[in-house]
Amino acid sequence: MEMRAVYAECLAEMMEKDRHVCVLDADLSKASGTRNLYERFPKQMFDCGVAEQDMASIAAGLASYGFKPWIESFTPFATRRICDQITISISYARQNVKIVGTDPGISAELNGGTHMSMEDVGVIRSIPGMVIFEPVDAVQLRAAMPALAAYEGPVYMRLFRKTLPDVFPADYKFDLFKADTLCEGRDLTIFVSGFLTKDALEAAGQLKAEGIDCEVVNVHTIKPIDRETVIASARKTGAVLTVENHNVIGGLHSAVLEALAQEKIPAVAIGVQDRFGEVGKMPYLREALGMRLEDIVAAAKKAVTLK
Amino acid sequence: MSYDLKEVCKDIRCDIMTSIGHLGVGHIGGCLSVVELLGVLYFEEMHIDPANPRMPGRDRFVCSKGHAGPAVYATLANRGYFDRKELLTLNQGGTNLPSHCDMNRTTGIDMTTGSLGQGFSCAVGVALGSKMEEDGATIFTLIGDGESQEGQIWEAAMFAAAKKLDNLIGFTDYNKLQIDGTVAQVNDIAPLADKWAAFGWNVIEVENGNDVEQVSAAVKKAKTMRGSGRPTMVILNTVKGCGVQWIVDLGPGNHNTNINEEQAKAAIAEIRGE
Repeated sequence: MEMRAVYAECLAEMMEKDRHVCVLDADLSKASGTRNLYERFPKQMFDCGVAEQDMASIAAGLASYGFKPWIESFTPFATRRICDQITISISYARQNVKIVGTDPGISAELNGGTHMSMEDVGVIRSIPGMVIFEPVDAVQLRAAMPALAAYEGPVYMRLFRKTLPDVFPADYKFDLFKADTLCEGRDLTIFVSGFLTKDALEAAGQLKAEGIDCEVVNVHTIKPIDRETVIASARKTGAVLTVENHNVIGGLHSAVLEALAQEKIPAVAIGVQDRFGEVGKMPYLREALGMRLEDIVAAAKKAVTLK
Repeated sequence: MSYDLKEVCKDIRCDIMTSIGHLGVGHIGGCLSVVELLGVLYFEEMHIDPANPRMPGRDRFVCSKGHAGPAVYATLANRGYFDRKELLTLNQGGTNLPSHCDMNRTTGIDMTTGSLGQGFSCAVGVALGSKMEEDGATIFTLIGDGESQEGQIWEAAMFAAAKKLDNLIGFTDYNKLQIDGTVAQVNDIAPLADKWAAFGWNVIEVENGNDVEQVSAAVKKAKTMRGSGRPTMVILNTVKGCGVQWIVDLGPGNHNTNINEEQAKAAIAEIRGE
């Protein structure tokens, strides 16, 4: 099942139960998977047209009236384009608005460099009051949606919209503010977010065969980062690799290093090396940007040698 | 209870001068230009209760030109939302009266504003919310003429008309001045009434937006347009700095200007006609 279908299903459940839950689009409801909700919930769905700034501030106005709006667009337009509206109308004003950006980083594929947000986590992370969540798979997304809704404050979710393989078991228990340790290890911690989590686990499997014992921690909530888990794991293994579908400046790598600022622990980053994206399909982009499974394995080995 | 609006406006103007004069600097020009509107709304037209500032179903006012905060605070204090003495804390560290409106700090403020253009969209969201709740409230919002250069204003204008938000009444403080010069010189917004009409709004032009009777009549007329299926924009031709001549004479320089307590006292005497 596509991630956007899970997301839309969760929204439908919420709207069914609570007439104050509403969804605002900026002409991308098809991409977000919510198009068919317009017929089911005509009084709770609003298309603002291609006007993301307006969408964000309208949502703040609705929230001030007791509504629980979700706004959605492609990741760059849901973040960098409306950075000021998120900052002032939503977070500074303490409005309970959920912001959903679809197609983060290289997953924008054929839309190319203009539509590839390599900076969205960095942009949003530097705004006080924001929570940033990135799901790994449909199981985690489904578990997270009620938690995001229950959290009274602004949240940004970067949502990979197509199908992803399951990583988490069906009985997965989600805690919005707690990172998930997926496997324990002694030699290296891989901190990973989003769809690359599956690859991080595979890398850990390969490395184990080569005698490197990796701990893999899924940091699904990049802000506020679970400092306790991050620091404890990094202290235990003594080496860190971060893996993210984002610029290594401003995103997960930065967040992990900030948490580890007082620790003397070497760290290596897999992610976008401070460059723009380009058009292409995922296999090409992962190779071009150094985000393949083999890149993760090589980076992990390098991190261990830095100990 | 009915008020003498002319006296109310004098009181508001004097309190603006007292609070900004006590501080020594502030957005005087754009505060003084909107006093009559604030007086008419808060003392005559809005369904509100200062003793119950979060009353459900109340009318709301979003001051999208958030730098007019001191004018709104003076109005709220005179209307009984909080003690007038608090006005002297304007912009002091730890105050509940910051330069730009903050709904989380100030009793009676309905929306946080300050980044121009955003408050107007927020007001549209509030109006949409009121329609969804079917609570019958009227949502009032004030934008600046310089603020009207923001693209977001026109995004919101389009949406409000498309969604038939006839519970929304906007006001433009058309004082013709902005920081870098006259609006006409910097980036002209004329013909303003035609623009709003073209965006599907009812338009009411007020020849003298600093005349309480004209403003009052315009607000009453705007309220009758509920049911038209269109939001209404009231264009208030105002004078930036209205009520204090030397501030008016500063022209664009009166947007944010220094003032000492003596000057403030003289200004108050001028406002009182003494």
